[in-house]
Amino acid sequence: MKLLRELIKKEFFHILRDRRTLIIIFGIPIVQIILFGYVITNEIKDAKIAIYDKSKDNITMKMTNKMLSSDYFKLVDIINSDREIEVRFREGKIKEVVVFQSGFAKKLEGEGTAFMQIIEDASDPNAARLLSNYTRAIVSDFIDEINPTVRIGRTGPIVPEVRMVYNPQMKGVFTFVPGVMALLLTLISAVMTALSITREKEFGTMEMLLVSPFRPFHIVLGKVIPYISISFINTVVILLISNLVFGLPVRGSIVLLLAEGLLFIITVLSLGILISTSTDSQLIAMMIAMVGLMMPTIVLSGFIYPIENMPFILQLLANLVAAKWFILIIRAIMFRGAGLTFIWKETLILMLMTFLFTALSIKKFRIRLQ
Amino acid sequence: MEVGKNHIIEVRDLVKKFGSFVANDHLTFDVNEGEIFGFLGPNGAGKTTAVRILTGLLLPTSGEIKVAGFDVYRESNKIKKNIGYMSQRFSLYEDLTIYENIRFYGGIYGMSSEEIGAQADLVLNRLNLAHSKDKLVGQLPLGWKQKLAFSVAILHRPAVVFLDEPTSGVDPITRRQFWDMIYRTADEGMTVFVTTHYMDEAEYCSRVSIMVDGRIEALDSPDRLKETFKAKNMNEVFLKIARKR
Amino acid sequence: MRTIGFILQKEFLQIFRNRQMAPIIFFVPIIQMLILANAATFEMKNIKMAIVDHDISSTSRRLMSKFDGSRFFKVTKFSLSDKEAALYMKQGRVNVILTIPSGLERDIYLKNNPEVQISIDAVNQNSAGLAYGYILSIISEFNQDLRVRFGNIKPQRVKIIKTIASYWYNPKLEYQTFMVPGILVILVTLIGLFLSSMNIVREKEIGTIEQINVTPLKKHHFIVGKLVPFWIIALFDLAFGLTMGKIFFDIPIVGSIGLIFCVSSVYLLVVLGLGLFISTITHTQQQAIFVSFFFTIIFVLMSGLFTPVESMPVWAQYINRLNPVAYFIKIMRMVLLKGSGFLDIKWEFISLFIFGIFSIIMAVWRYRKRA
Repeated sequence: MKLLRELIKKEFFHILRDRRTLIIIFGIPIVQIILFGYVITNEIKDAKIAIYDKSKDNITMKMTNKMLSSDYFKLVDIINSDREIEVRFREGKIKEVVVFQSGFAKKLEGEGTAFMQIIEDASDPNAARLLSNYTRAIVSDFIDEINPTVRIGRTGPIVPEVRMVYNPQMKGVFTFVPGVMALLLTLISAVMTALSITREKEFGTMEMLLVSPFRPFHIVLGKVIPYISISFINTVVILLISNLVFGLPVRGSIVLLLAEGLLFIITVLSLGILISTSTDSQLIAMMIAMVGLMMPTIVLSGFIYPIENMPFILQLLANLVAAKWFILIIRAIMFRGAGLTFIWKETLILMLMTFLFTALSIKKFRIRLQ
Repeated sequence: MEVGKNHIIEVRDLVKKFGSFVANDHLTFDVNEGEIFGFLGPNGAGKTTAVRILTGLLLPTSGEIKVAGFDVYRESNKIKKNIGYMSQRFSLYEDLTIYENIRFYGGIYGMSSEEIGAQADLVLNRLNLAHSKDKLVGQLPLGWKQKLAFSVAILHRPAVVFLDEPTSGVDPITRRQFWDMIYRTADEGMTVFVTTHYMDEAEYCSRVSIMVDGRIEALDSPDRLKETFKAKNMNEVFLKIARKR
Repeated sequence: MRTIGFILQKEFLQIFRNRQMAPIIFFVPIIQMLILANAATFEMKNIKMAIVDHDISSTSRRLMSKFDGSRFFKVTKFSLSDKEAALYMKQGRVNVILTIPSGLERDIYLKNNPEVQISIDAVNQNSAGLAYGYILSIISEFNQDLRVRFGNIKPQRVKIIKTIASYWYNPKLEYQTFMVPGILVILVTLIGLFLSSMNIVREKEIGTIEQINVTPLKKHHFIVGKLVPFWIIALFDLAFGLTMGKIFFDIPIVGSIGLIFCVSSVYLLVVLGLGLFISTITHTQQQAIFVSFFFTIIFVLMSGLFTPVESMPVWAQYINRLNPVAYFIKIMRMVLLKGSGFLDIKWEFISLFIFGIFSIIMAVWRYRKRA
């Protein structure tokens, strides 16, 4: 037992002495939270547009003013020929061109219908769609304005009363904090552990450990306990920051939350160990971890992109990603106040994964010894 | 400072401090051309630090040092062309073959392809590794690696070759073979500067300096040291020196 | 000069002798691309919905089938009590609950505007916002139907402005077209940053760098020899990735490929310089990985790969002027999708060029053969 404590101490010293890594481990979640909380968003504002007004009458002027007075648009150019549209797009300076047909006001008065073209630079299809939707919404409003006696607009008969549940202010924190946690825990528990073990292999010190009186089980334990502790501390830190700075609640049981966090840490840890049994090179371990672990965690876990939208194969693949289950669990506990009865299925899956990875690692380890 | 015709290394008042810790404390000595100079001392005495300064890996805090006639502060690159080095940590690439390692270092030292080829054959034959030239260095046992590393260090026939604890962890037979190689190198005109903590290896050197705690406590040929300290072997010499302090 | 040749020889031997390396160079781009490009989309479909129908009239049933028939929603639970629906939401089995009040049909007849309750699970606020939009438009359409049916529209002269939307460069609004160029950028960045920094630090960690420092090898020869292999590999991977992108996703390659490679070469200067710099401030491969990862995360998130740069707050956009990834992604998209030429991207190119020179100079200056 005392031997084990020595191993753990040694590993801790290694980690603590490595100031750079420590700074990064604590810096990454903070940076991510800042980025996700304040910087990254899909919302449109100040989108650069150009107007191609073939009419230049009072109606088009009014419409143009209406568009520009909203925060969504910013007029960057006036276009006077068809050719210019292509040039401006290729220069990358504008995202949308609004074209008014000639004789706009006259057609509106006379035939009762006038046409506008909204041309989007759809290299970014999301932004393009959003932008055209916004534009259309403004046009819709404008139509109401010029038809004061008839409400063509959107109301009635059925009035939708919408309630945002669990996150009434629609704060982004709810969406990304679970993902940031999963990512960070994966980084520390899986990647760092894998690197640490393969490093000992690269340097040959692993062999020394193996022939020493330490039992292999203790060696592994000595390696992983420090990482588990650091992960755990980091989790608590993230929760505290999110709660204090962004008002992120924990509506369910904190104990359950931390317990599930611990479970996830162990799951990813076992995966890290599995990776380390697959190679002797730190470089390769890192690449496997990046491609096989980090990337799926970011993309397939439901962290950023909802899983329900993905092609079926990817949805199946997502089930293999531990982070997916973890994020489900976290969201349920923190935001919906769910108890174990609601998430027992996901919890069980994580346990099974841990078991599987551990068993595989042991098997691989034994094979190498032979 | 005039370089004596026979002094291949001249050191005057070398001081190296790391913060307040003095690793080398006013070292002063010369190494003669063609001799096997032993730099002895227990671990932590400052031997490796001094070697790293002489090879241009570290700058001294103060002192005048010339290696192969070049000043260590300003002509470091010229020094490097004329020295060889075998570090304590391993210096050959384990994932390259024996031949590839030789070719790489030969090329770095500016040897032509013919020279490299000729030297490579020489080394491989001498070490009985001719049939293994395409073997990865990582697959060699430690003793062979050490011998190979030494051969690569002198591939370009440098004026001085620095060996930092070259026989650590190696079996006695290999140690013996290693020292044979060192003798042969000195015979061929190269000066050998070797550090070790094995006192018995001191007997093999032309002259020996004993460093304790950053200072040179004794510097002479092994025979004269034994006479001076009335000791039967170098080990006793060292013990007497250590006790004196 | 010859010495560079020797270093290159050694580097390539080492890289490719590592048996696990070669498949990674090929595998990584394909896997990344396939997964990321297919997974990444903000459009929603099959949003799980529960409908609680207190009215049970033909109108309410028509409303239900309108939602069920839409591709955005999938009605998984019908005709439950409010409590049950709430439970399902708590369990995460549905994300939206539509509650139809009793007397809906009657109220519509009587021209009292009845309310329908919609609860959206807003834990993922992105999806919630989108779902909200979809719901509004579906209800709006339904309302139009109703008005026709129940004659709420008085035939009157109204002025209508019709809008026609055209989407250029990506008419089908395919998200992959948008993502793949960005993914290629990430690919090149990973190789140029991670692999190069790890490679140099590895020699430090093992100790062979001391042997190198003792030789008369000039440090800029060493640097060139160390970085050029990854420059080559990164460009090769780019070519490979472009081909894969074309084959699997049919991404448009409208602009000049030569321009793409020219820009990539300059971009790689920046990234390799940064990798070299990282190798001078770290001692172990693990540190190199973590520091590289740190930079990568920041650069990539802010680069406009996932979300538009223009949507970021102004202060962030200023900081972004120092983000080479942002420039490169912009250039890639412009050239590949729109066929922009050199003149169109000249400012971004010049910026990258300046970054590149600066990056290499900084890194070389920092790299010392002496401790």
